Amino acid sequence: MTEIDYAAIAREAGLPRVGARPTLPAYLKEMWERRHFATKMARYRIEASLAQNRLGLAWVVLNPLLQAAVYGFVFGVIMPRDTREGINFIPFLVTGFFVFQFFGQSFSQGAKAITGNRSLVRSLGFPRMLLPVSAVIRQVYELVPMMVVLAVILVGFGEAPRWEWLYVPPILALMTLFNTGVALIAARLTVHLRDVTQIIPIVTRLLMYMTGIFYSLEQVLADNPPWMLTIAQLNPVHDYIQLVRAMVLDGQEVNTLIVVVAIVAAFAFFVAGIFFFWKAEERYGRD
Amino acid sequence: MTEPGKPTIVVDNLHVEYKTFSSGKAAADRRSLLNKQRGVRVVHALKGVSFVAHEGESIGVIGHNGSGKSTLMRTIAGLQQPAKGAVYGAARPALLGVNAALIPDLTGDKNVVLGGLALGMTPSEIEEHREDIIDFSGVREFMDLPMKAYSSGMAARLRFSIAISRDHQILMVDEALAVGDKAFREKSEQRIRDMREQAGTVFLVSHSMRSILDTCTRVLWIDHGRLKMDGKPKDVVGAYKKSK
Repeated sequence: MTEIDYAAIAREAGLPRVGARPTLPAYLKEMWERRHFATKMARYRIEASLAQNRLGLAWVVLNPLLQAAVYGFVFGVIMPRDTREGINFIPFLVTGFFVFQFFGQSFSQGAKAITGNRSLVRSLGFPRMLLPVSAVIRQVYELVPMMVVLAVILVGFGEAPRWEWLYVPPILALMTLFNTGVALIAARLTVHLRDVTQIIPIVTRLLMYMTGIFYSLEQVLADNPPWMLTIAQLNPVHDYIQLVRAMVLDGQEVNTLIVVVAIVAAFAFFVAGIFFFWKAEERYGRD
Repeated sequence: MTEPGKPTIVVDNLHVEYKTFSSGKAAADRRSLLNKQRGVRVVHALKGVSFVAHEGESIGVIGHNGSGKSTLMRTIAGLQQPAKGAVYGAARPALLGVNAALIPDLTGDKNVVLGGLALGMTPSEIEEHREDIIDFSGVREFMDLPMKAYSSGMAARLRFSIAISRDHQILMVDEALAVGDKAFREKSEQRIRDMREQAGTVFLVSHSMRSILDTCTRVLWIDHGRLKMDGKPKDVVGAYKKSK
């Protein structure tokens, strides 16, 4: 067998290497060109997952609502009331829970985006980032009816509509950036180490209690040294929820720290997530 | 034989390895870290394959089950990273496998859109091709039924129609021609010949020697991860049949 210099043939014909990771700008450009795939896939997956159920789309709202009801029962009836003095409890709980749900679902679904779509990753070529992004888009779609129901609940429990409600979409947009970053980071970590999927529910649960869905952290920590509340407010998830609450409920306060953390965390996680995920582009679907 | 066109794909000493777990449960096995480490086994799927494909060639890939044919196709398509060696290609080669993107609970119509997007078409391109896809598949009257209600042959025809709707410069077909009835098979083979004439390169993985002889101008025989033979369809298929 004669030795042929294949690399030289490829050079002569001007053929680039297949499967090489594109530069970040080229990668993002391709992402943009194929954005319809991510959005359509998100929409169709919601449709498909609900096609089997009698109540169909209603479950998107009903499920978190029932979960909130369980927590409301436990924390509203059994827990002492001094953890939420002067708070309109049901709207407080539902606001917190719905917004937290947006984070928790983005996190867990984003983490499974690559490993759960293994056959797709192995048979078609596209920027892999589309998958975790599509998972987050799906959560955004599901958030819309949840927010409508939230508005109904707020009004039903005596919180009159006001102009501040209009701040909620921009706050949630910031949170979407944050969630996307977290989903991208989780998606890559899961590829490296499948065990991460086991830890995610625990991290989510821990975050949920640290975020103060059923009690006001500001009140619970009021008697403790102020640094404890500062640490609690460094948690971006808490800050997004607190910002939304301040817009829709009476007597909820935000300070500069919360606003700064919410904005900085959104962009920091978004950029870091994109970079971190892109770095391993060649590895996805390899195992 | 005519002079071959410009090279479109250069495969240079390609090695591919899979890490797997000897328990056979692969990644599903997460009982303990220790277990996992002990069970790792490396499967050497391709052991140094090299060839050059040219414009206008239709290359059949044959070999026994597990010889590495599909791995070779996936690596050429850039979906599998080589452990050693490299693949060079003019355009991103497209592997005909739209199956994974489709959702059986949705109607055929929606799956045409989803499959097209997965293949990299724009929404307007899909609108443009929609009628062709539906006509080619021959399942027009079932387009508003969920795909899981289709017979396996109907589903396969629709998948194939979506997959070939896009003009690819380099196309890989992995045993897709085995689907459908005789009429559909002939239509598919014709479509692949047309594509080749548009200065494309077509790879065809198949166990059907008749399909290979009918459509290919060159055949690669992969055996246990090595390129055992590379030449004219008649010669290679003949040798392959004898080896059985």
